[in-house]
Amino acid sequence: MQSQVTDRPVASPVRDRAPTRRTPWWRSRALKGIGYASPTALFVLVLFIVPLLLVGRMSASDWPLLRGDQGLNLPDNYTAVADNALFWPAVRFTLLYTVIVTVILLGLALLLALMVQEQRPGVGFFRTVFFLPSALGLASASLLFWGLYSPSIGPIGPILEWLGLADGPISFLGTSTSALWSTVFLIVWKFAGFYMLILLVGLQGIPHDVYEAARMDGASRWQTFRSITLPLLRPSIALTLILCVTGSLLAFDQFFILTKGGPDNSTVTVVQLIYREAFQRLDLGTAAAISMIVLVVLLILNIAQFLGLRRADEA
Amino acid sequence: MRTATRARRHPGRGSTRTIAAIAAVGLVTACGSGGSGETSGETGAGGPDGVDDGTTLTMWTRAATQAQSEALVAAYNESHENQIELTVIPTDDYQAKVGAAAGSGELPDLFASDVVFVPNYTSSGLFTDLTDRIESLPYADALAPAHIDAGTFEGSKYVVPHTLDLSVLFYNKDLYAKAGLDPEQPPTTLAEWDQHARAIDALGDDVHGTFFGGNCGGCGVFTWWPSIWAAGEDVMNDDGTEANLASDVAQQVYDVYRGWAADDVTAPGARDETGTTWTGYFPEGNIGVMPMPSTTFGLMPDDLDFGVAPIPGPDGGESTFVGGDAIGISAASEHVDQAWNFLAWSLGDEAQIDVVAANGDVVARTDLASNKHSDADPRLVTVNELLASGRTPYSLNFGQTFNDPNGPWLTLMRDAVYGDETKLEENNEAVSSSLSS
Repeated sequence: MQSQVTDRPVASPVRDRAPTRRTPWWRSRALKGIGYASPTALFVLVLFIVPLLLVGRMSASDWPLLRGDQGLNLPDNYTAVADNALFWPAVRFTLLYTVIVTVILLGLALLLALMVQEQRPGVGFFRTVFFLPSALGLASASLLFWGLYSPSIGPIGPILEWLGLADGPISFLGTSTSALWSTVFLIVWKFAGFYMLILLVGLQGIPHDVYEAARMDGASRWQTFRSITLPLLRPSIALTLILCVTGSLLAFDQFFILTKGGPDNSTVTVVQLIYREAFQRLDLGTAAAISMIVLVVLLILNIAQFLGLRRADEA
Repeated sequence: MRTATRARRHPGRGSTRTIAAIAAVGLVTACGSGGSGETSGETGAGGPDGVDDGTTLTMWTRAATQAQSEALVAAYNESHENQIELTVIPTDDYQAKVGAAAGSGELPDLFASDVVFVPNYTSSGLFTDLTDRIESLPYADALAPAHIDAGTFEGSKYVVPHTLDLSVLFYNKDLYAKAGLDPEQPPTTLAEWDQHARAIDALGDDVHGTFFGGNCGGCGVFTWWPSIWAAGEDVMNDDGTEANLASDVAQQVYDVYRGWAADDVTAPGARDETGTTWTGYFPEGNIGVMPMPSTTFGLMPDDLDFGVAPIPGPDGGESTFVGGDAIGISAASEHVDQAWNFLAWSLGDEAQIDVVAANGDVVARTDLASNKHSDADPRLVTVNELLASGRTPYSLNFGQTFNDPNGPWLTLMRDAVYGDETKLEENNEAVSSSLSS
């Protein structure tokens, strides 16, 4: 591929034919561009476009996991989604979870970033500590918390009891509310440091002179934060917002490991529903149909957020 | 399936008979690959024992029954020319892994399966027909009947029992004595079980009457259904398409469990128990009497003085859920005769007595219920003898209905024991509609 790219422009057929066309160099440049872009294009084609088309085809077919493609059945898989008793509760729960996580996570990340923004003695230690949980895989972190929360083997309950803070075993995952907040706690612990890092980079990109000018104008700390820090941080905030919202809407590992959607189906997310259709109900067709719906919703949401981001950039 | 998830054991579920459905016969034929082309179940080369010619065979099993499979494979590899490469797959990923491999034609020569999922595989044509080979075994009639039934589809037999896991009542004799109960008299009715559990729970401190997986559908089918069967009631119709889980008997069973939950007769955590740690409580010595998988028998601490008994019905009777793994040869295998050599050996006297029984596990043959190992411990005979009368329920939609943590059976269980009892009929209908979908 590499040699093709460099050879083509000087290859004689191109040059010979060149005088008959108006812009011989245009062709060679185009070829060069295609050459440079094709590895990535191939990558996207094989790992994204082809699977996407396959999922699209699957969503239009009767496709049991164990027996393979049984032919088109459009629109059965899509109508089955509407009939799925868990679908709307899962959508509602996923949205609720996304809002809670996004608000807490971004608020806390911003707070942490502001705390460790200045170079001061010991600040490196805190930056490391805050960021450390991000180095752990989500599945491992979920398993860790599952163990910590477990009423039979977890230490947190007994410790709280020993301290006199709890009366009897605590059921961290036993009610819909406690299961939700126990999971939110895990996610905030796991990701706050990561978002802090993104915001920290944004904060350090704000020129010092702006702050100095504000100080000379007698702006208070709050005024500085509201009128300088926040507006200039908008691109970073928009980026973390996109990552956080998308990630939360696609939540799976943490609930799959911690709650399995329970208790009483109160923490089933949309992606868990996809997993359930495919690997519990062994029906790849309906799983693919839900995937397509999620894809479209995410696409719309991301376009909206990117537009917001661009506007922020222009501002 | 959820089978329940992670590490430990998951109770089994499901099983067989016949059912209309799919062009399975056609599929079986289509899938039989070149090789030996054993699609019609003839005895094949090497006679009833198959062929031992130094072939390398591949085999899959799930983590829940890993120890039992490993012991059999190690003993086989040591004494045979053929060598088996065993791959252990996480229990929860097993169905997905088999499904993906079936789609791409990459199934191993031999694969075991939680017996309740076997009907999914036989009806999808994933196994080689072994009817004639199985029937030519001298002890064919003694093979765990529940497993053979589970692996019979449209009159043909596809699997043999591999590891047996039965639900039995375990009781702590020390706690029985402390509570003034007779340690040699385990409960023979659900009502007695209730009395015993409450008497032991009254000992207080860290001692609890009983325990069960209150958020684990697989645990429920494995430990609750035997009480229903013991009274002669069914949980489903024969085709596994309609639920019968709102019967008077079923209701009586749920009521006992509801009472335990309401009065705190269980160890804490029963309500949240998803099946991952439910077998970890009894060995610690603080639980009076609870149903457990027979495969935990060999794992009990030496200093724990416990007895075993069949699971009783509300007014007597006894039954058990015959779970565990059945094993077959994949339809795509090119080494059917060699793979059969392993299966035939694994069911023979030597493997069953010197490997399976020696490890304290349930033997796969009813004619070996009493053997030199079990004779040394009468408790093992009790368990082995249950094999003949135990049941393995059958349904093509078993996993998604009963094991799925978001399935309709878990909702029924939790409503019946912790929630709104009046929803029983409605929940039973939801189970039926999942079974017949």
